[in-house]
Order: sequence, then C-alpha cells, then structure tokens
Amino acid sequence: MKSRQRTFLLMTIPALVLFFFFHTFPLLQGVFYSFTNWRGYGEWDFVGFSNYLNVFQDMRAWSAYGFTFQFAIVSTILVNIFALLIALGLNAKIKFQKTLRAVYFLPNILSILIVGYIFQFIFTLFLPQIADFLGINALATNILGSPDYAWIGVVIMAVWQATAFNVILYLAGLQTVSEDVYEAAAIDGARPWRRFWSITFPMIAPFFTINMVLALKNFLMVFDHIIALTGGGPGYATESISVLIFRGGFEGSQFGYQSANAVIYFIVIVAISIFQLRVLQKREVQQ
Amino acid sequence: MAKKQKKKRNWLVTSLLILGSLVILFPLYLTINIALKTPQEMGEPLLSLPNEWRFQNFADAMELTNFFSAFTNSFIVTTAVVVLTVLSNSLVSYAIARNMHKGFYKALFYYFVSAMFVPFPIIMLPLVRQTAIWNMDNLFGLIVLYIVFQLSFNVFIYVGYIKSIPVELEEAAVMDGASSWGIFWKVIFPLLGPMNATVAILTALYAWNDFLLPLVILTDPADATLPLTQYIFQSEFSTNYNLAFASYLLAMLPMILVYLIAQRWIIGNVTRGAIK
Repeated sequence: MKSRQRTFLLMTIPALVLFFFFHTFPLLQGVFYSFTNWRGYGEWDFVGFSNYLNVFQDMRAWSAYGFTFQFAIVSTILVNIFALLIALGLNAKIKFQKTLRAVYFLPNILSILIVGYIFQFIFTLFLPQIADFLGINALATNILGSPDYAWIGVVIMAVWQATAFNVILYLAGLQTVSEDVYEAAAIDGARPWRRFWSITFPMIAPFFTINMVLALKNFLMVFDHIIALTGGGPGYATESISVLIFRGGFEGSQFGYQSANAVIYFIVIVAISIFQLRVLQKREVQQ
Repeated sequence: MAKKQKKKRNWLVTSLLILGSLVILFPLYLTINIALKTPQEMGEPLLSLPNEWRFQNFADAMELTNFFSAFTNSFIVTTAVVVLTVLSNSLVSYAIARNMHKGFYKALFYYFVSAMFVPFPIIMLPLVRQTAIWNMDNLFGLIVLYIVFQLSFNVFIYVGYIKSIPVELEEAAVMDGASSWGIFWKVIFPLLGPMNATVAILTALYAWNDFLLPLVILTDPADATLPLTQYIFQSEFSTNYNLAFASYLLAMLPMILVYLIAQRWIIGNVTRGAIK
C-alpha cells in the first residue's frame, strides 16, 4: 500500500513542479515587480503602491477597462442568445441536422487572428462597397475607423467566432433533457414558449451558468481580435487591457507599472467570476 | 399526438438554420474567392467569381511566408503538445481523482483548477524573461508552456470523469498483481477514450491557432508558427489582398481538412466532454 502511495506521488510531482515553475512562479514575480519601477531592463527600486495609484489616474488604462468591459458584456450576452437559439434549433427535428451542426461549429476551429483579418477586409472594403452600391450612405464608411463605432466591429467578429463553442455546450445540455417531460407538458397543453421557460431553461441552467462565466472570462482577455482588426485604434478606442499590458510592458518599458495593472486586472476577473457564479448558481437552486 | 409530432420535421426551423448558416459560410466564400483572383480583379465587385482561377497566388504566398517551415513548426508543436498533454494530464488527474479524500491531493486539485482564472497577461511579462534566461524561447519552450497552461482545465474535466469510473475495476486488477502504473495504462487509460479524444481535439485547436504565446516567446524567426507568419505577412504585404487571402487560406486549410474528414466525430466528442 505504501508503494502505491509513492506511485501516486510520482505521478503528480513532475506536473506539480512544472506547473509551479511556469505558472505560479511567473505569477509571483509579476506581483513582486508590480511594487517596483522596473522597465524590463536595468536597475530598479521598490516604489510601494505608487504603480497601483498611478493606474487609477491613467486615462489610457481607464479607457482600456471601459472598452474591454463594454465589449465583453455585450459580446457575452449576444453569444449566449445566439448560441441558445441555434442550439435549440439544432436540437429540434430538422433536416440536414448533422451537416448544419458541422457548419455551425466551423468558426470554432479557425484561428481568431486570421478570422480577424478577414473581417477587417469585410469592414474596410466589402461593406462600404455594398453600401455604396445600395446607396446606404450611413454604412458607406469603414466602422473600424470610427472611434465611436469600432467596438461594434470587434463585437461582430468576436460573436461570429465564439458562438460555436457555446452552441456545443448548450447542445450537450439540451441532450440531458428527457423527451418524456415535453410529452407530459404537451399533454397538459403547454405552449412552446411556456415549455421553454418552465422546462428547458431551468433544466439547462448549469450550462447557462458555465457558458456565461466562460464567455465573459474569455472576452475580458480579448487580444487576437484587437491585433487583427483595429490594432487598438482609432486612437486608443479599442485598446483592450491585454493589449495595453502587452504594449506598455514590452514596447513602452513599463514592466513594473503594467505588472501592477495586470494584478488589478487579475483581481477584477476573479471577483467578477466569483460574483457571477454566486448569482447564477443561486438562480439554479431556486428553480 | 405526441408520436405524430415526433415524426414531423420542423421545416421552419430548418430553413431558419440554413439561412443562418449563410452568415458563417459567407466570409469563407469571400476568402476563397479573393484568394483566387488577380489584383486587377479587385476593382470589380468583390462578390463576383474570379474570371480565371489564379492558383499562382498560393505558390507566391507559400514562398513569401516560408509556408513549409511554418507548417512544420506548427505541426511539430501541435503533435507534441497533444500527445504529451493527453498522457501527462490524464495521469496527474488519475492520481488526484483517486486520492481526493486526502488533504494534499484535494489542495492540489483546487490549486490547479483555480489557475483557470489567472489572466495570461499577469504571467506574460515575467514568463518572457524567464524563458529567455532558461533558453526556452524556442519551440521546446512553447511545447512545455502549452502543456502546463492546459493542465488547469484538463484536470478539471478529467477528474470529474475518472471519479465516475468504478474503483472495483481497479481492485480486480490489484488482485491479479498489477502495479499502480499497470492499472493506469491497462485499465484506466483505455476507459478514458472519449475524454482523451475531447482533450486532444481542444488541445490541438488551441496549439494550432494560438498567436499570443508564439508572439511573445519565440525569438528566432525560423521558429515562427503559422499564425505568427500571418501576422508578420500582414504588416509587410497588407496591400496585396489576393496574396494575403491565399496565405490565410493555406494557414487554415490543414485544420479545415481534418475537420471535414472527422467533423461528426469531433463534434460528438466535444459534446461528450461538455456533459461531464
């Protein structure tokens, strides 16, 4: 029995060591550097909490948080609405079910960076050409070039790419709902809308929770989309927090400062995820 | 009446879904279309089909992006990461799942899983320095990091799955004198089939498509992976859309081909991974 325990330890120790050195150790370093004025090279001093205070007074950081949240919340809601509708459709008795499922999952296998480049082309050249042809002046300009509307372009591309994965999770959820419940409800005369709200939705509530949490968490970390679509512009209008930390840390010699920003970002994401889980799980239990 | 409903196909939903799928297929149609046109034809309406299919775009794009080198790099990284991830992550999860009643393993489980909520940018800056100092700013480093970063999510789903496998199966093997390693490889690992497939698919998609990690870790241009070459290519040749789109298509093609061949299996396995 003792040798069995030793084997279990041997199975875990290598992974634990690797995980510590390539995940936890950098994390601890990041927290450490956030209290210094290190530029990524040369000498440095401890500066206490001044990096943190500076982040709060940094308009560029505020703008990055503002954009990231606006983008992430809108995208999360849209992705979940579309994913749920598509999953309900794909779960219904439809023709070409397997082909349609394959098509709807397709965006998930494509690189976000490349999809971003394709959408950039659509927004800059294709849509204006179509709008011109149809005589719709409002759409004749490239929305990615507008500080007010560029974020909508990022949302459209992100939703297009991300919905597929959530469809899969909702489909998995819908398959756990047994057919008998619907038959009983149909006999009781429940209409489709009522069947959805009273049966389907409560039954797939855990899947709704996990989809909301995962989608929001992923969108808050948005990076590839921005690089491919707008590069953060125009100005800093679509600069996300990840992009800001990347740019400031590697190109702007703000290693220490952006580390503080990253710690704040970390705390914000953990707080939101816990809050979301609490609220959504409470809803699950009530029903 | 319920029986009757069961047989009736819902044509309204079918038509709506077909209409919706156009939204997904359209950007892909545009990509293929433009990849096959000549620069002169870009002046014509973008939706129109190419007058003559210009496959030369692909050859030019391959040369400009050094396609075969990038493809080889992506292929090596993805294959190594998938194989090592499935073997190592399932093993760790097994040890944890079978010892969850012990404090150490329980703590380990929460330690790994809680890392899912650590945003990459917070470890990005120190990690880049660390990999440079340890001579890991290359494909080897990339492989190690992908395996480590996937651990959180994989432990989470593997442990849930392993717990549902009856311990009695192992006890029988113990009676026959099998060692703990033997039990894992001969009894547990084969039973993990669907879960291994799910993890392999998700890991392959992640390693093949990821852009940020190669961007910050790799220092030698010869190590560039496919997404990285698209990024460099885009900044240098952004004006020639035909070449750019041919290049995008080439980078996506291997995954699309695998998907076309194995899509039913892929979707089925990812769904199964989601249920557990």
